Amino acid sequence: MRKTFTGLRAWLVQRISAVYMLFFILFFLTRCVVDPPHSYPAWHGWMMGRSMSIATAVFFAALLAHAWVGLRDVILDYIQPIVFRAAVLVLLGFGLTALGVWVIRIFWMQRG
Amino acid sequence: MAPPNRRRPAFFNLMQIQMPVGALTSITHRVTGVLLALGVPLLIYLLDLSLQSPQSYEQVISIFDRLAFRGAAIVFVWGLAHHVLAGIRHLLSDIDIGSQLPAARRSAWVVNLGGIAVALLALGVLL
Repeated sequence: MRKTFTGLRAWLVQRISAVYMLFFILFFLTRCVVDPPHSYPAWHGWMMGRSMSIATAVFFAALLAHAWVGLRDVILDYIQPIVFRAAVLVLLGFGLTALGVWVIRIFWMQRG
Repeated sequence: MAPPNRRRPAFFNLMQIQMPVGALTSITHRVTGVLLALGVPLLIYLLDLSLQSPQSYEQVISIFDRLAFRGAAIVFVWGLAHHVLAGIRHLLSDIDIGSQLPAARRSAWVVNLGGIAVALLALGVLL
């Protein structure tokens, strides 16, 4: 993890995720204007369809990676004592991972 | 080598620092990024609720109908619009489009005003 999202690779992750999210948002908004899913069955059927659930999960993966790189930059700039900074970065990592698990649960896990 | 000047002036009165238009675009890109990140848990929560059952779907619809939610949504739309426009400006300057100062200042104005324009549009649609 240490070298995964830093330096040049972070720069690339930031941009690739941004472009994917931009196209996903444009697609999502266009569909909502052209053919708005007005009822629960329509909404559920659309979102839970195979391709849309994958595309949405990839959107959230991109969003969480993008947020990691951006918030990491902010934390490195403003949080000074190194120990405190490390603690905040670890918390952020846990928080974003938990959000990712939540998204996977929404689409692929049985609900009781 | 001259010794470092230990009495360098530290001037951090933000109200008196000159902010060129590009600096405003840049700091707002950062602020909106943090704002949008704070909205992510709420977004996932609403997505989850909207998909669980017809009852919870109706619950999301009634949240959307609240004025407080719509007000917050307009702020987030502004944040997203500014962040996306500033991001596109960044990507263009990565490939050397608009990185000369006059063009960069123009595009900074476009980003700052474009974000506000989209927010006004959202205001018209949502309120």
